[in-house]
Amino acid sequence: MISKNVKLMQGNEACVEGALAAGMKFFAGYPITPSTEIAELSAQRLPRVGGKFIQMEDEIAGMAATIGGSLAGLKSMTATSGPGFSLKQENIGYAMLTEIPCVIVDVQRGGPSTGLPTAPSQSDVMQAKWGTHGDHPVIALTPSSIRETYDLTIQAFNFAEKYRTPVFLMLDEIIGHMREKIEIPDPSEIEIFDRVAPDESEKEDYKAYDNSLEVPKMAAFGEGFRFHVTGLMHDEFGFPKNDTNVTEILMNRIMGKIENNLEDILLYDEYFTEEMDLLILSYGGTVRSVLSAVREAQREGKKVGVFKAKTLWPFPEKRIEELSKKVKKIVVAEMNLGQYFYEVDRVAGKNCEVSLLGKANGEPITPTEVLNKIEEVL
Amino acid sequence: MAVASKLIENNFRMNRLPHIWCPGCGHGIIMRGIAEAIEKLGYDKQKVCIISGIGCSSRAPGYMDFNTLHTTHGRALAFATGVKLANPDLKVIVVSGDGDATAIGGNHLIHAARRNIDITTIIFNNNIYGMTGGQYSPTTPHGELGTTAPYGNVDNVFDICRLAEGAGATYVARGTVYHAKQLEKNIENALENKGFSVVEGISICPTYYGRKNRKGDAAEMMMNLKDTTLDKKVAAKLPQEKVEGKLIIGEFVNKSQPEFCEEYHKVVDKFTKED
Repeated sequence: MISKNVKLMQGNEACVEGALAAGMKFFAGYPITPSTEIAELSAQRLPRVGGKFIQMEDEIAGMAATIGGSLAGLKSMTATSGPGFSLKQENIGYAMLTEIPCVIVDVQRGGPSTGLPTAPSQSDVMQAKWGTHGDHPVIALTPSSIRETYDLTIQAFNFAEKYRTPVFLMLDEIIGHMREKIEIPDPSEIEIFDRVAPDESEKEDYKAYDNSLEVPKMAAFGEGFRFHVTGLMHDEFGFPKNDTNVTEILMNRIMGKIENNLEDILLYDEYFTEEMDLLILSYGGTVRSVLSAVREAQREGKKVGVFKAKTLWPFPEKRIEELSKKVKKIVVAEMNLGQYFYEVDRVAGKNCEVSLLGKANGEPITPTEVLNKIEEVL
Repeated sequence: MAVASKLIENNFRMNRLPHIWCPGCGHGIIMRGIAEAIEKLGYDKQKVCIISGIGCSSRAPGYMDFNTLHTTHGRALAFATGVKLANPDLKVIVVSGDGDATAIGGNHLIHAARRNIDITTIIFNNNIYGMTGGQYSPTTPHGELGTTAPYGNVDNVFDICRLAEGAGATYVARGTVYHAKQLEKNIENALENKGFSVVEGISICPTYYGRKNRKGDAAEMMMNLKDTTLDKKVAAKLPQEKVEGKLIIGEFVNKSQPEFCEEYHKVVDKFTKED
């Protein structure tokens, strides 16, 4: 019989534990509140499992070294918060175009600028989607509990490896610093995905960007494949090409590998959505207040459902549209002044009334505020 | 010196040549020097990584038949640090330009030097931003012209070698594309140093820097390198007035100090051995 492994843990700690369970062997970062515990615990744990930790000279270097670690064959992660997330954006785009798997954790705090370093926020949601320039594929996950942080960190690594792409894990300061009981699953219960490597036979003619595959096979530097990687548009062998056809094929493939696998990538939970007048859509730490308020509203006989997004990007467009046909109103609750709201309104606005319960003063949205909003719209 | 055709065949991607550099550019000489040094040292090409940032010099890795990585502007050393720490068995070489290494990438240069991580950095210094069309860089001399210094550069220059030395690099040398054999030897010694090495290779850019500043054609610029430089050992024997105004070339630092990855691995070993 497997004895239960129950611990009291912070979200940032659960993130590192999940990363280690997923096979993280490399972490490069720079200290920033409220994500620092992720770097601290990685520094402590990684050398004990034969992994590597390095504190780089700045956020940009933290991202660059993370990509380098992954290219050398190790599962790699970095962690930051808003200001650092801004600085990392150019190299994030590099990893997207060059298809280097890695995990970027953003423990969101109040912004813009230095803002509110120790206060929660969910205001980097659009930055996760559009922070780096150019069209690009994005996977962003967001947990609402400590156990979910553990699980979604593993999921983030699995998606990164499976789709050869950087994956964002968007925590907020509530989840990052909250302590909660967590039952750590036995390793035998965890599914781990490792990047698909090319065969020995492909050495002389290795296509690091083989367009006949949705996700090309990935070799590590030093394994004998001697390939080229560039942030310029490139051909199947990775060499720069200033060619419209080559660009179009490459762009379609890197966007397509996400868009064609929504069934696999879109993660969400629904509560009370079978029969409802109002749907509240929320994510991350805010979901906790929403669920508390909705349970109260249910006791009062109000038909309120909840959609909890765990995958923020790509956007669960089809499901939101379906749900928007079943309700009169949708409220989007988020700790910002309306970011996910606009995306929901774009999809659901033609079918029902969409309104925002937003807040960006450094305080969490409380259950009372959610209840008041329910009163107001119902 | 290896037979040219053999050297190219052994170390370059024949199907990616010719290169994109302008006629008369000095960069090819430094690129060749890197290949000569690798070949002479007999490194396993499967284990050699050549990493660059953005700019004219940074296009070199694409032509070279190794594990090659063309990164973002200024960040080559940060990517290289990740690659090297993740797999210390790799021989990591960074190719950069004066703008790439000392302006946008200056922070990474000094910190890589401070760590003494085993990476060899070759800085192709042509005193100008060539790829973007001739803007002044941190090594464009005071008073000279660039497209963004139309009335003469009011900035001061970095001495790349003194910067690297001050930051902690354990091998530092300067050579020029005129003194090709000497430069090749510097690269060879840099590669053999277990630690952070910087070789500043003074290159020529007849297209922008030369033309803007009336330095003549490529041949004249090469002769100018001969006339305006002095070997460190020669300079030491000359009276001060004969050294004044000359650019000193040669080895400035060559010392042994604990290397970053080895130091980190001592920590890893402590735990793996205990277990």
